[in-house]
Amino acid sequence: MAAFFANIDLTFLIVSLVKIVGFTFAAVLPLVTVCVYLERRFSAVIQDRVGPNRVGVPLTLLGFKKDVQILGIGGLFQAAADGVKFILKEDFTPKMVNTFYFWLAPCLTVVPALLTCAVLPFGSELNFSFLGLEEPVKAVIADLNVGPLYTFAIASLGVYGIVLAGWASNSKYPFLGGVRSSAQMISYELSLGLSIIPVFMVFGEMNLPKITQFQDAHGWLILPLWGDGLSLGRWVLWIPMLISFLLFTIAMFAETNRLPFDLAECETELVGGYHTEYSSMKFALFFMGEYAAMIIGSGLAVTLFLGGWSIPFAPLLGLDFQAGATPLWLGLLHIGTFFAKVLGFILFFILIRWSLPRFRFDQLMKFGWLFMFEAALANVLLTAVLMIWFPVK
Amino acid sequence: MATIIVKRPQLAWHEKAFISTLIKGLKITLGHAIKTLSQIIGRKPKVTMEYPEEKWDSNLPEYYRGAPALVTDEQDRERCVSCQLCEFICPPKAIKITPGEIPSDDPWAKVEKRPKEFEIDMIRCIYCGMCEEVCPEQAIYLRKDYAITGLSRKEMVHDKKRLYEIGGKRIGLVNKWNELK
Ligand code: SF4
Ligand code: SF4
Repeated sequence: MAAFFANIDLTFLIVSLVKIVGFTFAAVLPLVTVCVYLERRFSAVIQDRVGPNRVGVPLTLLGFKKDVQILGIGGLFQAAADGVKFILKEDFTPKMVNTFYFWLAPCLTVVPALLTCAVLPFGSELNFSFLGLEEPVKAVIADLNVGPLYTFAIASLGVYGIVLAGWASNSKYPFLGGVRSSAQMISYELSLGLSIIPVFMVFGEMNLPKITQFQDAHGWLILPLWGDGLSLGRWVLWIPMLISFLLFTIAMFAETNRLPFDLAECETELVGGYHTEYSSMKFALFFMGEYAAMIIGSGLAVTLFLGGWSIPFAPLLGLDFQAGATPLWLGLLHIGTFFAKVLGFILFFILIRWSLPRFRFDQLMKFGWLFMFEAALANVLLTAVLMIWFPVK
Repeated sequence: MATIIVKRPQLAWHEKAFISTLIKGLKITLGHAIKTLSQIIGRKPKVTMEYPEEKWDSNLPEYYRGAPALVTDEQDRERCVSCQLCEFICPPKAIKITPGEIPSDDPWAKVEKRPKEFEIDMIRCIYCGMCEEVCPEQAIYLRKDYAITGLSRKEMVHDKKRLYEIGGKRIGLVNKWNELK
């Protein structure tokens, strides 16, 4: 036993713990609140409203003249107020529910969503040599060789949360929402997985940090504008990559239950869908799970297709990544770039939500099985054929 | 009867596949977003009035119907003769009047009646203006007060004193359609 403990690399343990806490609880969860705020403000301006602009950073309480505002847009603390509201609300469990599953369901939505953070490279490397760490710290919690597989395996658990919520609530609307959601998620998971097979064929790799490093040096997958990216082969392969990107984005909308595919919630016809019977923090957990899934999905799309943490035209600007020789400031800049890209992608999510109407359920299933699935399969074939003549490496 | 067969619009393939229509939709929503955002930041004149900072008072139209209130005439006489017409016409039954007699030693003894109590329940009032319309003495008017608030039901019932406070004085002919309206 003593030998076992002696073998544990304490530095590794501490660094991993800091990364887990830092990325999951200090980055993704606050990002959820940022998303909620963005969603409310963005939907407001789309509909010619002002949106929540009252809850400022209360500097006036500390004796300052004015509350903090960016460009006159207030309400930056709205998300915190929303959180406090959720905590203070009554947590009501209806009498007819199956209590155990009723409690399990919200956890099953949030936990998988947060678990998938583990393989996302949110930055390149951080050089902490001044703290006595010889090797630079990789800015990813788990440097797995099967990153995307792990993500899909865990993310598909999310459907259990919704199904259990629908069933345990013992009420019509949640039941319908749960049934719809399970059908939808199972059909779109297929095309989600198939749609990015061409990407792995091109990279010859399933390790997300390495995929990002490759894109940093040779141009992003759908914007190959520098390095090797300017070769003819990359531009020919750009066509299947673009198709793959579109399919992946559409499937991700369906996976995360966002409009136009939010048939599991459907405020207009199913009241609130699977979370109709939930209140207080349990409802907030569903909310958080949904947004966390959205953030991770955006992170995955950004990592695979838009170069992850890489800065555009990095080799030309001298801001590219060199293994083991990246200064700390550049490492931090990479992290900033990653989050900026993810936020941009989330804004796109929100814009789509407030532009498109919802699909009908049969349209949704037809689209998933008769178009997405076939298109993804054909795209795999197309990439394979093209790669005979234009191998990437 | 003539029947019109409505023709469905013929959609091009790119419209059916949501390609051009999606772009069109995104253009509309983004256009609205940018327009409203520049209004919020202050580059363009504002459309939304941010209420508690900016009050309605200067923006109310002439014909605005606010809280109903009683008025006195130029000699500080209560105009209301408690005929109770307004009490009967009031659609939500918001008005409650207890009529009283004017004692014979009062200088206005010839008017004979005035309200002993006059209560308008502002929770019930729907600001319809019927009371103003029906009053034969031009004693009740709808003013422009719109922020009627209170912490209890009792506070929301305007009694006679409060009504005269809001109403103030109305000078001039007792003539329904004079310019003082
Ligand atoms: S306010 Fe006018 S209508 Fe109402 S009781 Fe008095 S005189 Fe009559
Ligand atoms: S405004 Fe209408 S509802 Fe209000 S007191 Fe007068 S008659 Fe009644």
